[in-house]
Amino acid sequence: MGLDVSFDIFIVIDLIIMSMLLVVGIALVRLNNLFAVVMLYGVYSLLAAIWFVSLDAVDVAFTEAAVGAGISTVLMLGAMLLTSREAKPTPALRRWLSLGVVGVTGMALFYATFDMPNFGDANSPANSYVGLQYMYDTITEVGVPNVVTAILASYRAFDTFGEVVVVLTAGLGVMLILGIGTTRTRDGESPQSGDETTQSAPPVTTVLATENHHIVLQVVAKILIPIIVLYALYVQFHGDYGPGGGFQAGVIFASAVILYSLIFGMDETRRAIPAKVVQFGTALGVLIFGGLGLVTIAMGGKFLDYDVLTAADPILGQHVGILIIEVGVLVTVASVMLSIYYGFAGRYRELKDQDW
Amino acid sequence: MIDIMPYLEILRYVLAGALLFGGAVFMIIGAVGMLRLPDFYARIHAAGITDTLATVMLIAGMMLHSGFTQTTAKLALVAIFLFLTSPTATHAVANAAHKAGLKPRLGKVQPPHPRDKMKGAK
Repeated sequence: MGLDVSFDIFIVIDLIIMSMLLVVGIALVRLNNLFAVVMLYGVYSLLAAIWFVSLDAVDVAFTEAAVGAGISTVLMLGAMLLTSREAKPTPALRRWLSLGVVGVTGMALFYATFDMPNFGDANSPANSYVGLQYMYDTITEVGVPNVVTAILASYRAFDTFGEVVVVLTAGLGVMLILGIGTTRTRDGESPQSGDETTQSAPPVTTVLATENHHIVLQVVAKILIPIIVLYALYVQFHGDYGPGGGFQAGVIFASAVILYSLIFGMDETRRAIPAKVVQFGTALGVLIFGGLGLVTIAMGGKFLDYDVLTAADPILGQHVGILIIEVGVLVTVASVMLSIYYGFAGRYRELKDQDW
Repeated sequence: MIDIMPYLEILRYVLAGALLFGGAVFMIIGAVGMLRLPDFYARIHAAGITDTLATVMLIAGMMLHSGFTQTTAKLALVAIFLFLTSPTATHAVANAAHKAGLKPRLGKVQPPHPRDKMKGAK
């Protein structure tokens, strides 16, 4: 007799989270209200983040929670502001067509999973060859306890450089389409044209003084925003030792600024962080990252080979190199997120309650 | 002289379990309330229970369970953070609904949604 307790509780947790993901996914497809869809995307990302934690991929979970649930929800809301609140109902024929395409793709993916190695299989390609070598050599070659950071910022720094350039490109695309500092009224006229609502609108401070129903939010935000920025810096500089790094820190920093802007208004935010600074930062981060690569070449090493940065101690060189490129990642990611937000939200001079 | 420490240790786990169980119960009450209560303001009242009381109880239970460790310190920070943010979020949602003109349901008739009223005006 006796209960068999040899089954893995994590499998049960995984199954529960996966079924919740499925339910949220179906709800996402069936909803027409875009506001609810955006919120459910956030829920989906948070669930995925929990699942990643249960799979021991803490760095990925962190990124998913910060990017997927945090900032992309706000950016989607900003995008939704420029379009409509409701999605148009899809014609029946297209629905069935999409279902067919999704079904076939899903079947193919399911078929492909039969060839995949088991989770945690020691002989899988990801855990042997170069992956295994990274695990062995990180402590002696890079000296950073968090292997993810070592691989991302040192062994595969060139790939990460590519990612940062991709982020920059995305930001440039949004800037080119939407602009970064353009302020327009709802009708699409520029404020210089003497539009009455824009001209007669009192300055933000007087609005706040007369009918301030955001006061609770403002007080709490004033307490929280410094803590969020501090946490972003902790994530940035603790990335060598725990989960975190420039990508997550940049997103958290940007979300602190966005929180400020949501509560205190776009004009105040522009005064704190001008659009020019944001624009400059998007390129500056990539410049820091790539510039360090050129510096290592100039000092006699390869591109992004940090060993040569300090003559005596290669490990110290690795630490310095990782620190510098993480700062580059932070600057670019935070600036690009802010530029996208400025592009979306900055198109209206002031958001009033009835605009939602 | 009886050594009291082992008993305290047992009591710690019992308390932790009680707090975790209480938190779970309040979570369920909140979830049922979210689904069953008649209108927005009543539902947000139910959501407030899950947000603050249940979460804080769960975190307190976890803190008792992990004892004097770094985990407890981190959990305390999470608890403080949630204790600040959750009521604020609830307040913001309720305030936004009030500003948008959503009337609470009194009696058996559902008041019209402000969105529909706006459509009617146009």
